Amino acid sequence: MDQFNALLLARIQFAFTISFHIIFPAFSIGLASYLAVLNGLWLKTGQTIYLSLFDYWKKIFAVVFGMGVVSGVVMSYQFGTNWSVFSDKTGPVLGPLLAYEVLSAFFLEAGFLGIMLFGSNRISPKLHFFATVMVALGTLVSAFWILAANSWMHTPKGYAINTAGQFIVTDWWAVIFNPSFPYRLVHTVLAAYLTTALVVSAVGAFHLLKNNTNTGARIMFSMAMWMVVIVAPAQIIAGDRHGLNTLKYQPAKIAAMEGHFETQAGAPLILIGLPNPDKERIDYSIIIPKLGSFILTHDWNGMVKGLKEWPEDKRPSVNIVFWSFRIMLGIGFTILAMGVWSLYLRNRRRFYETPWMYRAALLMGPAGFIAVLAGWITTEAGRQPYTVYGLLMTSQSVSSINTTAVGITLIAFIMIYFMLFGAGVFYVLRLMSKPPMDREPDISPNQPILATGLMPAPVIVSNQTESSL
Amino acid sequence: MTLDLPLIWAGIIAFAVLVYVILDGFDLGVGILFPFIKNEADRDQMMNSVAPVWDGNETWLVLGGGGLFAAFPLAYAVILPALYIPIITLLLSLVFRGVAFEYRWKTKRGQYLWDWAFASGSILATFAQGITLGALIQGIPVIDRTYAGQFWDWLTPFSLMTGVALVVGYALLGATWLIYKTEGDVQRAAHQFTWIAGPMTLVLIGCISLWTPFLNERFMERWFSWPNLLYLTPVPILVGLCAVSLYWGLIKKKGLIPFLASLGLFILSFIGLCFSFYPYIVPPSLTIWYAAAPDSSLSFLLTGSAFLLPLILIYSVYSYWVFRGKVGAESTYH
Ligand code: HDD
Ligand code: HEM
Ligand code: HEM
Repeated sequence: MDQFNALLLARIQFAFTISFHIIFPAFSIGLASYLAVLNGLWLKTGQTIYLSLFDYWKKIFAVVFGMGVVSGVVMSYQFGTNWSVFSDKTGPVLGPLLAYEVLSAFFLEAGFLGIMLFGSNRISPKLHFFATVMVALGTLVSAFWILAANSWMHTPKGYAINTAGQFIVTDWWAVIFNPSFPYRLVHTVLAAYLTTALVVSAVGAFHLLKNNTNTGARIMFSMAMWMVVIVAPAQIIAGDRHGLNTLKYQPAKIAAMEGHFETQAGAPLILIGLPNPDKERIDYSIIIPKLGSFILTHDWNGMVKGLKEWPEDKRPSVNIVFWSFRIMLGIGFTILAMGVWSLYLRNRRRFYETPWMYRAALLMGPAGFIAVLAGWITTEAGRQPYTVYGLLMTSQSVSSINTTAVGITLIAFIMIYFMLFGAGVFYVLRLMSKPPMDREPDISPNQPILATGLMPAPVIVSNQTESSL
Repeated sequence: MTLDLPLIWAGIIAFAVLVYVILDGFDLGVGILFPFIKNEADRDQMMNSVAPVWDGNETWLVLGGGGLFAAFPLAYAVILPALYIPIITLLLSLVFRGVAFEYRWKTKRGQYLWDWAFASGSILATFAQGITLGALIQGIPVIDRTYAGQFWDWLTPFSLMTGVALVVGYALLGATWLIYKTEGDVQRAAHQFTWIAGPMTLVLIGCISLWTPFLNERFMERWFSWPNLLYLTPVPILVGLCAVSLYWGLIKKKGLIPFLASLGLFILSFIGLCFSFYPYIVPPSLTIWYAAAPDSSLSFLLTGSAFLLPLILIYSVYSYWVFRGKVGAESTYH
């Protein structure tokens, strides 16, 4: 009983800390790339408005990135504290992947972050642009490694097991490019871009609702909407491919996502309903006959496995996965609809004349984060009861720790995270509530700007070249 | 020739930890000294002196953890549950001080809160690191690849002392860093701190060095047997030299010398520690070779590190170079 409680608390603790963490990368991966684009546009066109937008979003990025870093440092020790058996067993596989993430991504981000934020008056604009690109590259490389590690836990390949019970690697290429990795990488990076586009368009819309002539707000709104138009359909296609891959390697997860208990030919698509795991059926369901089989097997009468194929203790929780999957899908199609609407308005030349478009964009601002969390919950809860799919059970991964200790630290995490990150979100929202100006000041007046000292002053190159607007 | 991969990795991780201690040491140290400086402009100046580099400094801690997980998964799996409370305290304290770097500038009314978060986070994080160190020196029992001690084993008079020692030591690093990077009031105050923290650090280094051999036979043999004693005599002598340079640097009001001398003290203490630990990675239970990951993992990671680590050092130095020179309190901008 006690071990059971410790396990449950450890799972809640992991889920809580990682869910908090992913919120920030989902935004900073996209924002870093956006900043690099703005910086590049400024260098290329010389129009100060791009520099202004860069400085506007840079301040927000600094706060978000800081929260991502501190919550991430916690994650890198969470494996050891609560999941020590897991760490001992998977360390030879996952350890090097995470270590490569530190070496090739975290250092890159950290090394150039300071220069990007505070260095613009100390180095040439070209070098500064280089630093911005390095930060953006770092976030993408980081996603590459961490998702390789995560995907390996879903679709393990290229390993053997030694006498100490550890996974050891026989083929690194197979470990990194394991079957679900390419799909997960594409889907997650697109998710980050989409999330960022939604936030940027919401901020633009917010200011346009108050002042429809604000140039900066117009530019960001338009750029973000183009991003939505391009990425939303790509994301749906990527998600579909991802699902087919999952069907091949984790059919139980797909059965839970679709809400199929029976194995059947010509399975329906269950649009919505109320899962009833005790009776092993979906109550009050609205279905489209045969569409389920068609989507999954590309054959109207294809055979689709149901959850009854697996013993009850090897099934993921239908209640969680069924709902989280539908939330993600619902948001995905809503975003697509918004993209289509924006195209229609552009075509009618009413893009900036439709307050309802602005209101919709404002409302959709946080939708990306919700979809990202829902997606991860689908993925991770759908992997249960394993940590390494089919090989290592979650119940066998946990440290033999004191239940009270996990409980107390869990409460500490919850309190401190809500307090500190709550304040952070408040500051971010406050930054966003200020309209972008034609000449945005650099990081606020008494923020770290370092005066030149006794050593030879660096060449100070003015960033404020004349506008060619 | 075959490479002794576990030994190389032990060396790399020791190097990462040393770099972490030195770099985050001075920026945690700046936080530790925060409560003693009341003036807001002075505090701005202190914070500015580390703001562009703290993230990079902390990344060495992530490398220490990630490297341990990769190269010595068993050690990682044993140490973290054994030191559950100090580690989680360390992480949460780092969250506190980390967010303060950004939040502090976002509010006037709430600024005192984030000043407080920065200072208390820095102090607590350092104290937790010191306790971790002390608990490791005391030793961690292992049976059947899992931690076999009690939940509170890490809490002893010895570990409390190493905790305090590290707070004082980081304060010294922070104070001498401020002497180097700042001017005016802050620099004067930093001078005074150094006069206090310097001698205290030396006394505490002495206490720990004398106490350690009595913790367990192994350390006694290691340090006080022939010919080890001969090899080790340079260490105390060099410590003396660093102490003298620190004193001289303070008297002559040198900018950089006190900082370098303090770094020297840390490096020497660290060398002493490595000597006490070897050949264990978790004394007295796991040797470097027993806890090591299989060679396929170690060589895979080494190949990339051989190229990436030098690159990291180069651009880290570059980033310090961009922000060279003294820090001003108020911006000269806008
Ligand atoms: C490299 C590893 C890794 C990565 C990148 C992620 N996870 Fe995970 N996740 C695990 C490794 C893991 C784990 C260690 O394997 C857990 C801990 C307990 C468990 O059952 O699996 C887990 C469990 C777990 C659970 C609990 C599921 C349950 O117990 O029913 C949730 C909700 C998440 N994760 C959510 C996430 C989110 C939001 C992520 C986005 C970043 C994420 N995971 C990335
Ligand atoms: C269990 C899984 C994870 C662990 C252990 C982890 C660990 C970390 C650590 C230690 C940091 C701080 C690095 C620094 O000091 O600069 C960090 C930041 C980051 N992580 Fe994670 N992470 C996890 C999941 C993810 C996932 C799934 C993604 C992306 C898809 C991701 C993307 C990032 C990015 C982009 C950063 C940079 C900082 C930021 O975004 O604000 N991480 N992570
Ligand atoms: C509407 C179309 C979409 C489809 C068909 C789709 C499909 C999927 C599937 C099948 C998975 C689970 C993969 C697995 O674990 O095996 C998944 C995961 C995920 N989804 Fe979606 N998705 C869609 C939209 C979105 C949107 C709009 C976002 C975010 C903005 C998003 C973010 C995620 C994330 C972060 C994950 C977890 C990481 C991963 O496994 O790739 N998805 N998606």
